[in-house]
Amino acid sequence: MLLLAMDTSTPAVTVALHDGDRTVAETTTVDARRHTELLAPALVGLLAEAGADRRDLTDIAVGVGPGPFTGLRVGLAAARTLGAALDIPVIGVCSQDIIAHGVRAAGADAGMPFIVATDARRREVYWAYYAPTGERLAGPQVGPAADIASSLPAEVKSAPLRAAGAGALLYAEAFAAVLEPEYPSAGDLASAVVSKAVPIVSPEPMYLRRPDVAPPSPRKSVLTSMRSTAH
Amino acid sequence: MAEQPLILGIETSCDETGVGLVRGTTLLANAVASSVDEHVRFGGVVPEVASRAHLQAIVPTLERALTEAEVTLDDVDAIAVTAGPGLAGALMVGVSAAKSLALALDKPLYGVNHLVGHVAAEQLENGPLTEPVVALLVSGGHTEILHVTEIATAAEMLGQTLDDAAGEAFDKVARLIGLKYPGGPHIQRAAAEGDPAAIRFPRGLTSQRDMSRHRYDFSFSGLKTAVARWVETAEREGRTVPVPDVAAAFQEAVADVLTHKAVLACTERGVRTMVLAGGVAANARIRDLTRERCAAAGIELRQPRLSLCTDNGAMIAALGAAVVEHGLPPSSLDFATDSSLPVTQVAV
Ligand SMILES: [Zn+2]
Repeated sequence: MLLLAMDTSTPAVTVALHDGDRTVAETTTVDARRHTELLAPALVGLLAEAGADRRDLTDIAVGVGPGPFTGLRVGLAAARTLGAALDIPVIGVCSQDIIAHGVRAAGADAGMPFIVATDARRREVYWAYYAPTGERLAGPQVGPAADIASSLPAEVKSAPLRAAGAGALLYAEAFAAVLEPEYPSAGDLASAVVSKAVPIVSPEPMYLRRPDVAPPSPRKSVLTSMRSTAH
Repeated sequence: MAEQPLILGIETSCDETGVGLVRGTTLLANAVASSVDEHVRFGGVVPEVASRAHLQAIVPTLERALTEAEVTLDDVDAIAVTAGPGLAGALMVGVSAAKSLALALDKPLYGVNHLVGHVAAEQLENGPLTEPVVALLVSGGHTEILHVTEIATAAEMLGQTLDDAAGEAFDKVARLIGLKYPGGPHIQRAAAEGDPAAIRFPRGLTSQRDMSRHRYDFSFSGLKTAVARWVETAEREGRTVPVPDVAAAFQEAVADVLTHKAVLACTERGVRTMVLAGGVAANARIRDLTRERCAAAGIELRQPRLSLCTDNGAMIAALGAAVVEHGLPPSSLDFATDSSLPVTQVAV
């Protein structure tokens, strides 16, 4: 097999190839504003590094978020189009689960439950709560980092919250400790998929927020505003 | 003669997901998925709603276009995609898909200009254009007069709206007089029963002073305010608002200023051909008045059918075909979308 893994749900544009035994190539570039520019060249470079042809790909795995919408869609549009054009299956993985897999792979969890929190902007984080087994017990949800503790089951509330992800770094005061990694890695995504260590979902974006719009407000008088400025 | 290359075009700059297939100036497929219904309750295009819809529609629309043209992806020789101008988040879905397609097929990719694409679409209707042409582009997202001296390489913006696009003015006025979104078709229907001479609404940027500074530019905010004032005054005085008359007089004001300035651009630049395109070009009064004034000025008017006037992928494929035929190099895979891509940049 040759699995192509990618995630664009955070400022990291991360891509990797996995041959079933190991990650054979991985590239990550962190730049929140250039996902569209970075992803395709990264994929070309990845194939070249592994000495593989695009037609060698057998599977695609993509992080489905949650994450800032515009960047998230760059990866999902790429994964879906590549899958359709190469006629190979595309699966999704919650991006928080990818970071959680990274935490456990590095042994950073130290056998205790932990939070994954990524930057959701607007002073909020996308977060999920994991057991030491890697099982996701709560989330993903979106909200202020300071409110995470009160959203958790009563029995864990009192325990100090340890968290990984850029959201943990950004709101470090809300956590007892900040764990690595900061961003999801496509290598972790690939090995999590190959070892069946994460739930597989369809490659649909996880937005968690509605589009930021309101129906039009009622008509305002133009006559009064004219009169007040006319004299 | 060898068959011309098969170009696949992708368009996602606003609320239509378009995938088209073209050989030279021959249209093979024009598949479009529109999210217009999802924007109705907001009274205008919501960028995030449009971007979400693009992601859902892009692969199914691609498949539909291939079926329609009875070709497979292996037959495609090059891919063209709208690089801008347009809504940033919406553009990125199409560009990401197009780059992936280029990578998967190992075929060249051309990022092209949406506005020039509207002009290229005309070649799918009536065959190759004889440049130079002046193009009047009117839609919900843009209102421009372009001067195109070579479709693949040389276009210039003569004038554009300083505030609302013509289509936005239709939407806002429709709301003022209790008609639905999108405003264009509803205003046209109401106007058919009204008298365009019943009210004289202002023609933006046509005073002598404005004509020296903004000769080919447009402004619709003053017109919109004038309609709002007129309607509110009538309501305050307890009169029933004559919706058909207001609609007809407003539509006349828009058609008058658009066609006046576009014909002026042709005569002053010595251009003998005008292309009328964009969704608002579907408006019968704008079409009729353009035809009338072009005929009077000895200008040939060219206009594609409505499905090629509104945003679509075939127009992007058509421009891609012109760019390929001209022998221009493909875009690098790291090109960025540009929501305000200047019209002078036909390909990125
Ligand atoms: Zn357009």
